Amino acid sequence: MEKFREKAKILDASSIKRILYRLAHQILEKNPQLNDLVLIGIQTRGVYLAQRLKRIIKEIENVDLPLGILDITLYRDDLTTIGEAPLVKETKIDFDVKDKVVILVDDVLFTGRTVRSALDEIIDFGRPKRIELLVLIDRGHRELPIRADFVGKNIPTAKEELVEVRLSEIDGKDEVVILEKNEVG
Amino acid sequence: MRWDKKHLLGIKELSCEEIETIFEAANSFRELSQREVKKAPALRGKTVINLFFESSTRTRTSFELAAKRLSADVLNFSASSSSLTKGESIVDTIKNLESYHPDILVIRISQSASLYDLSKYTNASIVNAGDGCNEHPTQALLDMFTVREIKKTLRNLKVLIVGDILHSRVARSNIFGFQKFSSHIKVCGPPTLIPYEFEKLGVEIFYDLDKAIKDCDVIIFLRIQKERQKVSFFPTLREYVENFSLTVERAKRLKEDCLVLHPGPVNWDIEITSQLKDKLHPLILKQVENGLAIRMAVLYLVGTVK
Repeated sequence: MEKFREKAKILDASSIKRILYRLAHQILEKNPQLNDLVLIGIQTRGVYLAQRLKRIIKEIENVDLPLGILDITLYRDDLTTIGEAPLVKETKIDFDVKDKVVILVDDVLFTGRTVRSALDEIIDFGRPKRIELLVLIDRGHRELPIRADFVGKNIPTAKEELVEVRLSEIDGKDEVVILEKNEVG
Repeated sequence: MRWDKKHLLGIKELSCEEIETIFEAANSFRELSQREVKKAPALRGKTVINLFFESSTRTRTSFELAAKRLSADVLNFSASSSSLTKGESIVDTIKNLESYHPDILVIRISQSASLYDLSKYTNASIVNAGDGCNEHPTQALLDMFTVREIKKTLRNLKVLIVGDILHSRVARSNIFGFQKFSSHIKVCGPPTLIPYEFEKLGVEIFYDLDKAIKDCDVIIFLRIQKERQKVSFFPTLREYVENFSLTVERAKRLKEDCLVLHPGPVNWDIEITSQLKDKLHPLILKQVENGLAIRMAVLYLVGTVK
């Protein structure tokens, strides 16, 4: 018996697409200087979202923004307490972040702990001019004083629920669903 | 794949999946060493003690740097400068260090296969940095990692190990490791340096290097460890060189893409002729770089297991 079942579908493929176009325009509106703008996606789904934003921005402005991949595992604040070693995935930032405006991209903003780790890790690569946070979903329940600069959609959730962003690159289709604990199980 | 081993005592006890997990982590750590800030906070607040009852510079410095790049606190404890010279027993030394509540003990010791017993005297994870003639797991892991990086696979390779097989924990760990991936192992050296029991490990034994090098995908030359040969296992060094050294002539008969590895430090003109130094040294130095990444991966994995 599965522990979680689908409670509601929040976004489908076409609404995700529309949101990403809007977010791309918002990034460009806020940062008209494109030459110091870079994208960094947080593993795993943040990377795919960042790739899509890069494509959309290329389509709108005909500019290829540098794209970095960030795995925050080694910077987690619970590494010594979870009791197992999580898999360390690839980090690849092959441009200098110094004096750049970094658009940090993730799928879901929840406690804020992942973003805290990502900020520390990026700053170990160099000193950016500014870091702005972009998330597809903000579901609340922050445990740290962190907020996003660009939000795809705010979704009020209960803390025990899960928000799952599924992307065609790895999940076969684009959608966002809320999962709740299966009482029967 | 989840990692749940508290200790790394040998390659023998690892599954192929566990070895792949170490390689995957090592890949990421190699990237970390290329950043401007070569450090991540993964083992912050952890204490790693390098406990070397046998002398070593390369392995110890590699472990030391690996621990430091993961933000652990490192204490180096070596036999020559320690209370062992004052007669303290190994068990007492470990009990004594236990008072500092270390999280990982990296141990090199001359007694073969003694680490499991020693693990009873500490709550720390134990990483084997070479135990007598038994195993040297991180060396074999870095050899395999280097081969895998270039050959893109570890399966069905022909691997030859040349030299002092008798005293070599590197040979044993590599045999266990490569065999897990169904690779075929040949060993070659003077009969006095190849234990008869090695046949039982399923390896093919050669006493003639010219026959052994045929069709090899990988050749690992072992260092002639003069310090381990209190009695002579071969008549003269010159005779050894004549029979078991990689010469220009022999190198011509290797497969085009055959990899030549050496755990270092190379005795040039003994294991390998110095005429091949320009050609072969880069890969041997790559092993050193990969060794650091492998040791970071091992420390990270055993250090984060509860």
